[in-house]
Amino acid sequence: MSPLDSDIAHLLAGSMVLLSFLLLYQDRMFALLNVFAFHAFALAGSVAWQAYLQRAPHLFITALIALLFKGVIIPIALRRIVVRLGIHRSIETVVSIGPTMLFGIALVGLSIVVMLPVTQAEGPFVREDLAFALSVLLLGFLMMVTRRNAVSQVIGFMSLENGLVLAASGARGMPLVVEISVGFSVLIAFMVISIFLFRIRERFDTVDLQALDLSRGESS
Amino acid sequence: MSYSDWLIQLAQTALVLGTAPLLSGVTRKIRARLLRRQGASVLQPYLDLLKLIRKEAVIAENASWLFRAAPYLILATTWVAAALVPTFASGLPAGAAADIIVIVALLGTARFLLALAGLDVGTSFGGLGSSREMLFASLAEPAMLMAVFTLSLFAGSTQLSSISAYMLGPGAGVNISLALALVALIIVSIAENARIPVDNPATHLELTMVHEAMILEYSGRHLAVIEAAAAAKLLLYLSLIACVFTPWGTAVAGSGALAYAIGLLAWAVKLAALAFFLVLFETAIAKMRVFRVPEFLGIALMLGLLGTILLFVSRVSR
Repeated sequence: MSPLDSDIAHLLAGSMVLLSFLLLYQDRMFALLNVFAFHAFALAGSVAWQAYLQRAPHLFITALIALLFKGVIIPIALRRIVVRLGIHRSIETVVSIGPTMLFGIALVGLSIVVMLPVTQAEGPFVREDLAFALSVLLLGFLMMVTRRNAVSQVIGFMSLENGLVLAASGARGMPLVVEISVGFSVLIAFMVISIFLFRIRERFDTVDLQALDLSRGESS
Repeated sequence: MSYSDWLIQLAQTALVLGTAPLLSGVTRKIRARLLRRQGASVLQPYLDLLKLIRKEAVIAENASWLFRAAPYLILATTWVAAALVPTFASGLPAGAAADIIVIVALLGTARFLLALAGLDVGTSFGGLGSSREMLFASLAEPAMLMAVFTLSLFAGSTQLSSISAYMLGPGAGVNISLALALVALIIVSIAENARIPVDNPATHLELTMVHEAMILEYSGRHLAVIEAAAAAKLLLYLSLIACVFTPWGTAVAGSGALAYAIGLLAWAVKLAALAFFLVLFETAIAKMRVFRVPEFLGIALMLGLLGTILLFVSRVSR
């Protein structure tokens, strides 16, 4: 394996971590969706590069699924939902960005400190990919915790799932059946969440999840 | 170290100050052309400086000695820092004596003096400009240092000549940490040179100005000296980015006259290209609110930090 190969793998996986930070930084809806699409493109590129390096053709299918579902279909569908909900102009009030970013960097540090000693027996790729994947995963969690708007929580969830796929592709590739079922379950989760979004909006006239705190379930 | 090396070093020292106004003239010209204006000649900054030097310097009644001394000290520190960055030749004697952290420290000294001078007369604008400058500097300096650390970790040295030699060698490839350091350095140099998303160099609108607010009380030769220092600072940052990220063509100390000529040509082309991209970015973006600037600089700091962390991963896992 030449240094250039590993440099490109490092570049693609590292850019996913960077895009996760960009997701945390964005507070406008459409920009958030665009960054999420780029996140999926980076995932597809990373998985395709792994497929080429490991000579594992089925990983190309994984990359294609990531590209089609997460890079194209879900962003377009979410964009339509955002327009129909009428929240495309609103700027989300997030917990202030500075502390969130610092916390995110701490999470990246944590995942590296945890992952590198645990995976000492594995090859350099797997170790690097697993460390980056855990960071993407934790950053997705962080996004779900710090956001109030339901749509951005969905995006946090999807980016978390991207991290899972990255981890799986590094570890000698997961079986295609598992991959396809995960892909479909994400799609179904997406549908369920979008139905919930409309139900929430119908009932509370907002998709700000803080409104749910006031509800105790007994309102008429 | 031979005599000729020192001669080249002296030539470079003269060159950075001599061509700095030309660079700012070129950026103004490109900007004017992009906005479909005719624009002043690229030599206009030289004429401006000449005019300012001939004029009488008006000084406020309550100005102290610091107010009069500050412009020359600012020019001196900035000039020394600019002379330390390899421009057309690397591996020169002064560059070997001082590394990139010294350059950051010299620029910090210049900024400190400028902020003091802004406060000295006691006008409200000067104080406002100084406080904003310090607010931005508190984020820009660590961001710059993080980017520097990333580069030094790569090259195993903080000498700019060694870093640029390492970039030419086989060790440097496509690496995300390098890209992050580059973006962090670009953001820092935009903020430090008071370019558009952070500060507008061509306005005196009191709500937004930072750099201009601090030097509002200066006139005549003092103003000329400060303007020259600001131009040298822009040249310094562009040369720094060019020498680290596009080291091709730079002459190594001790090579013949032809290599120096090629280095000079390559340096001019690189600076012109960087100036073009800088102005293109400036015309495409709107001025930021002052309170968003810390976020913008925070991004640079975060990128530098992330670059170091990612570099650490790739080093440890290999």
